[in-house]
Amino acid sequence: MRWKYVVPLVVFLGLVVLFAVGFRLNPREIPSPLIGKPAPHFTLPRFVEPSATVTPAVWAGQPYLLNVWATWCVSCRQEHPMLMRLKQEGVRIIGFNYKEIRGDAGLDARKLSPEAEAQLAWQRIGAWLKTGGDPYADLVVDLTGRAAIDYGVYGTPETFFIDAKGVIRYKHIGPITPEVWQDQLRAKWLALQEGS
Amino acid sequence: MRRCVQALLAVLRRYAAGRFRVDATLGWLLIAIAFSAVAPSWAAAPAAEQRAQPLHDPELERRALALGHRLRCVVCQNQSIAESNAELAHDLMNQVRAMLQAGKSEQEIVDFLVARYGEFVLFEPPFDARTLLLWVGPFALAALGLFGLWSGLRRRQQQSGVGATLDEAAKAQADALLAGDSPSKTETRVAKESS
Repeated sequence: MRWKYVVPLVVFLGLVVLFAVGFRLNPREIPSPLIGKPAPHFTLPRFVEPSATVTPAVWAGQPYLLNVWATWCVSCRQEHPMLMRLKQEGVRIIGFNYKEIRGDAGLDARKLSPEAEAQLAWQRIGAWLKTGGDPYADLVVDLTGRAAIDYGVYGTPETFFIDAKGVIRYKHIGPITPEVWQDQLRAKWLALQEGS
Repeated sequence: MRRCVQALLAVLRRYAAGRFRVDATLGWLLIAIAFSAVAPSWAAAPAAEQRAQPLHDPELERRALALGHRLRCVVCQNQSIAESNAELAHDLMNQVRAMLQAGKSEQEIVDFLVARYGEFVLFEPPFDARTLLLWVGPFALAALGLFGLWSGLRRRQQQSGVGATLDEAAKAQADALLAGDSPSKTETRVAKESS
């Protein structure tokens, strides 16, 4: 009855393979159900013109990256030089500032009036783009985070790859590093351009 | 069931007596222990109050919290949005409240969140073809293990002859042996082992 000795071994080896694969996966990377769907609608103020609002429709016609970020987000600061490089390479990046004041653990937004919150947010974003450079072809500001819920945003930075028809093709979670761009994201960006 | 317990005790007794072979049973036992070691651990977290905006209507607020407890916080992952202190959990909880207040049903709210964050937000995934293994797998594995244990122990019992009764002829032979007849040595050994 040799199989009695073989079966536990096979089961054990099966578990080794299962764990070897399973523990390498990042549980923080939740697949987005929005892939293949039109980018959700929102109406948000533009950074350059706070009194006017825009919808994603204004960016249609050419593919773009929708980059969700905030100045309080450390990974976004790390990512920033890479975004500047991508801008130089001709990648169209639309910025989506996420809860600039309310998301900052160091601030208590409840003490601020909506006007004061907006004023402080614009001030902080402006200062950051001045020091780090402005990689964004356009930039919208979502102070409450309500529009971000429609995009399933659960952290910063997140970057959506949106094609010329306005359909979300890919979502990258975490900062875009030169390595990640080279290994994975560049090909996805080129595919978007071919599709347009 | 009683036989299973008795068999397990027999295995343990033999193990204590140092006569345990590293065999298939031990292998399965180790696998079972390995699985039980990965038992889920629940972290009791204080309810998040600071940034919550409870509804004035207590009945509506109760429904919001009940629903919130069924939805996973995507940031902290092992907490519900009703328990978690994460910023996003507060935002989603307030979103749930707003939608309930607007007269949306529980199902509509769940669909709203699943459409944005995926089925990952459901603490109880739906039972369908993709999740069949998830729901049935543990029970199937347990049944398979119990069956293996049962059949293995039964075979061992048959081999060792425990519980086997002597038929008349064997009894007569045994009596004769005890009475002092001297058959050949091989026969003695066989007779002793079968008794």
